[in-house]
Amino acid sequence: MRIGLTELNLRSAATLDEALEILRDEPRRPVAGATDVYVALNFGTTTDRKFLDIWALDELRGISASGDSIVIGALTTYTDLLRSREIQQRLPMLAAASQLVGGAQIQNRGTIGGNVANASPAGDSLPVLFVAEAVIVARSVEGERRIPIREFYTGYRKSVLRQDELIVSVEIPPVTGRQAFRKVGTRAAQAISKVAFAGVRGPEGPRLSYGSVGPTVVRVPMTEQALASGAGIDEAAKVLATEIKPIDDVRSTGEYRMRVAANLLRWFWKETAQPQH
Amino acid sequence: MNFKLNGATVNVAANPAARLLDVIREECHLTGTKEGCGEGECGACTVLVDGAPVCSCIIPVGQVAGAEVTTIEGLGGDHPLQKLFMNEVGAQCGICTPGMIMAAMTLSDKPTLDEIKVTLAGNLCRCTGYGAIYRAVLKWRGMPVPDEAGSAATA
Repeated sequence: MRIGLTELNLRSAATLDEALEILRDEPRRPVAGATDVYVALNFGTTTDRKFLDIWALDELRGISASGDSIVIGALTTYTDLLRSREIQQRLPMLAAASQLVGGAQIQNRGTIGGNVANASPAGDSLPVLFVAEAVIVARSVEGERRIPIREFYTGYRKSVLRQDELIVSVEIPPVTGRQAFRKVGTRAAQAISKVAFAGVRGPEGPRLSYGSVGPTVVRVPMTEQALASGAGIDEAAKVLATEIKPIDDVRSTGEYRMRVAANLLRWFWKETAQPQH
Repeated sequence: MNFKLNGATVNVAANPAARLLDVIREECHLTGTKEGCGEGECGACTVLVDGAPVCSCIIPVGQVAGAEVTTIEGLGGDHPLQKLFMNEVGAQCGICTPGMIMAAMTLSDKPTLDEIKVTLAGNLCRCTGYGAIYRAVLKWRGMPVPDEAGSAATA
């Protein structure tokens, strides 16, 4: 670890109420499965020194139904998602993303709330949440806010989540149509994406989302609109090229990402051409 | 704080923010668990917490309070899979071996080669090409060894 242990302070909360009171009183970065926070500590890439361990808050675990929606507790791990029949049946794209997020070691610790809060443009579950039009439920001592995921991120690793708020759940409304998820990285699991993609092909037109092609995960409404109004896939790919501006970084180049993004669009359109049985 | 390490309760003085890996190696003096990448990608530091594989390099020790932690030493040093890793040359440089074996402990009784690949997907080996590792695991579980797992390291 690059950061001296004596500098670090990890306080743990036993209940959600206690956690929210602690966050009201002082800024502390929440730690759930630690799969992002501890990587940042190991490499010295965070200035945070005070943390709040929320791993023990069992009230934030589990998958339940609320009306037509699925409510996923913030501490639900990828392993929990993979094992859930509800998720397998209703959100196969989320099961697919969970399978590829890392090996069993990461699936056992990484949480959906952590993936959302970490605000990385490469967060694997995020394109899925964007096309599912998920709602992020955040709570503080003052009450609860429900934030559509499209309004959640404001820039690279920035979100509207306040320092005194904790993500408590992710609500997913019913999704109609064929779903797909793909992640392109250096290998199947255990690699940060070069490009991630989720798509739903429903009766009102497709919903498409990309990760790692900009400062935040994005939907591509112009490309969606083109396909919904009957444009051919070549034309849609041209629209996509005007709509995203991937950059060069340590993992890939902008040019490669653009090409992969277009290939994923073509793959999705072909893969979902036949109606579901 | 207390946790169970290989069946015995240990009381550690470490800062709760200390990495589980460092506490196991430096305070509990069990150095079988290795550090590889330090970012949860290579799986070399894999231990079991309440039976589930995790990367001990990215877990604060405070999160295992009261839990049961099993390291490679917990297998007793004479485990059949350890011997098979030797006999099949599933270990070359050896850094990945303890983590690989701990991850394999979570396999079902009769795993297929595909299940083994998925279970060990979080453990990287840069020496063997995996063939010898898969073969060791298959033989341990009494499963037939398909050609694709048998070709490497037999020459």
